[in-house]
Amino acid sequence: MTAALRGEWVKLRTAPAGLAVTLLLAAGLTAVGAALGGGDAIDPVQLRLLGVRLGQAAVAAAGVQLIAGEYGTGLIRMSLLAVPRRTHLLAAKATLLTAGVLPVAVLGVGIAVLTLPPSGPLLRAAAESILYLILIGLLGLGVGAAVRSSAAAVGIVLALLYLMPILLQMIPDPDWQRALYRLTPATAVQVIATTVDAAALPIGPWPALGVVAAWTVFALAIGVFTLHRRSAIR
Amino acid sequence: MMLRAEWIKLRTVPGWLAGLVVAALLVVALGCLFASGTSMSCMAGNREVACPPPPTNAAGLGVDDKFAFTNQALDGNGSITAKVGALTSTITYPPPNHNQIVPGILPWSKAGLIVKNGTGPGADYAAVLLTGAHGVRMQSAFTHDQAAPGFASAKEAWLRLSRSGDNITGYVSADGTTWQKIDTVRLDGLPAAVRIGLFVTSPGGLTVDEKPQGGHAVAVRFTQSTAEFSQVSPASGWNDTLVGYGDYRTGWEQTHPPGHTESGGVITVSGSGDIAPLTDGVAVERILTGVFLGLLPLIVVAVLWGTAEFRHRMIATTLVAMPHPARVAGVKALVAWLASLIAGLVAVGVTLPVTTRILHANGVILLPVPWPTTVRVAVGTALLLSLAGVFAYGMGILLRRAVPAVVAVTALLVAPPILAVTSVLPPDLGAWLLRLTPAAAFAIQQSIPAYPQLSLPQTTFDGYYPLSPWAGLAVLALYAVAAVAAGTRRLRREAS
Repeated sequence: MTAALRGEWVKLRTAPAGLAVTLLLAAGLTAVGAALGGGDAIDPVQLRLLGVRLGQAAVAAAGVQLIAGEYGTGLIRMSLLAVPRRTHLLAAKATLLTAGVLPVAVLGVGIAVLTLPPSGPLLRAAAESILYLILIGLLGLGVGAAVRSSAAAVGIVLALLYLMPILLQMIPDPDWQRALYRLTPATAVQVIATTVDAAALPIGPWPALGVVAAWTVFALAIGVFTLHRRSAIR
Repeated sequence: MMLRAEWIKLRTVPGWLAGLVVAALLVVALGCLFASGTSMSCMAGNREVACPPPPTNAAGLGVDDKFAFTNQALDGNGSITAKVGALTSTITYPPPNHNQIVPGILPWSKAGLIVKNGTGPGADYAAVLLTGAHGVRMQSAFTHDQAAPGFASAKEAWLRLSRSGDNITGYVSADGTTWQKIDTVRLDGLPAAVRIGLFVTSPGGLTVDEKPQGGHAVAVRFTQSTAEFSQVSPASGWNDTLVGYGDYRTGWEQTHPPGHTESGGVITVSGSGDIAPLTDGVAVERILTGVFLGLLPLIVVAVLWGTAEFRHRMIATTLVAMPHPARVAGVKALVAWLASLIAGLVAVGVTLPVTTRILHANGVILLPVPWPTTVRVAVGTALLLSLAGVFAYGMGILLRRAVPAVVAVTALLVAPPILAVTSVLPPDLGAWLLRLTPAAAFAIQQSIPAYPQLSLPQTTFDGYYPLSPWAGLAVLALYAVAAVAAGTRRLRREAS
């Protein structure tokens, strides 16, 4: 496992700066909220954390690229030759991704909320946003491992993140709408950032993060399953 | 020849074709999902009835046309003059406690003189009128609105409306002796016999509550307005017609019936409703919301159309077969445009008739718009998809890697409307996003334009885009051309 981790680190260090650039972009996008001010907003925390909704796209792309990119170049065959245990390979990548996203998320979210007066709800929202970004990166990794085509994988993750809320609005039955609202990962980004009137939302902030975690675990499981069952040649 | 070769490349790769089909299917499926889940019922008093179709103006635009009309016949040319003032409104059960009926000023309550082609809702008209807080104005055709200069905050005024053939001219005066012309409007095909008279109407009292999650909640309550007309000429022969009223009367109206009373040469008229374009309802573009979802597979396919040549080094072969990078990129962009246009036309062409049928069966009446508007929304949606395909292709050959290209196109094209419409982003910032990003193109889907003479909120949250439909589409076209041009430059530089 340590060897797998070291191998992944070497790959990252020596590869063209793709992942680093993507992660820097994620930090920048996440921090965008700092420019929004928000003095007279009803919920300034939510306004400041709007950047998380942009940053998550870059984080997800980083996760997808980390594995699906290897299918594009054929590098995956080498990787699996070196680390034949699929679970170990994915675990090494997941660890490295988490280690990469964490400082980026802390930086982006930190800048976004820096000038707001600290409070319990603010800290809760900021901490959860950081965890959320890490989970979305891992979700991208899982989908990337399962789908293999990096473009298709990133399309699927972006659809899940951006289009589900629109889809939900079109569901006519309010009970169904509420149930799906609680079960999809897409609404968490808003729920987490809400610090005013949060009781009116269909799901609490921590359960919402739990739903995202469940989706991430599910995607990673499918990714591991695909790695095991499908030949890496095709 | 080149076009054919590229077309075959696109057609023979199953994933790409599948992506286009999925894009079209998503648009259709979401349209059907929306249509089958939407139903409509109207109340006539406390009885639930099927919704009657709203009246339409001569162009086919759905309109509100409800007012108290104290009228008489006018045969041929002539005019009507009156001094209008004391315009007050009664608002039923407003916040904070919703337990009182209070007097108040409604900014767009209207009292004035009108000439109308009969008394049927939707019939052509021209009017000069005093409003609660927007001064004296001349309005016609339900959409035309002209303020009288110098009377922007008038609380009373002398008004005159005169007919000469098809031309109706409105005048205003502060003292009844020096008259100032406001505007002349032409009512084509107006018959000799028309109705002229005094009218009062009163749109619903609005409160707009900003929601913590972004957007706002609008509540509307019944109102009635009353105005006094004096020095009326012609002086007599007035009868009431309640244009657009049903049988139902609110509790307030049972003790304060709409219509006119006369005492000491002063005619007092009370009425409710509005004479205005109808903007509240299910607009036709709502059934095309699936375009958002369909865009993603389209973007993925179009980006791959650009990047795959580089990944498989096919570009070398292509450039050997056709050693003009600019022409190769041009032809490939054309194929991307055609393929997405076909997918878009099929998607819209299936969605509109199918969903219209489902909506009809559910008793849902779409907001009526003139048929050229419906055509513009439909064709424009297909054009939007086609330009999105070219833009994604251009970003593909510019960035050469699929993931950054897909993320960039999604962030520029799909994310801005979502941020502007369903988040706490302030509306004016959202409007700027929808001017500057390629997402401005969604304006092509907006079937109801913004009218300044309405009190309903008309922000990005409410589906109003800052740019006009074709200007918005042009923004996306510019982005698409710029992306293809930049990608071509890179190709040419690195091929030589």
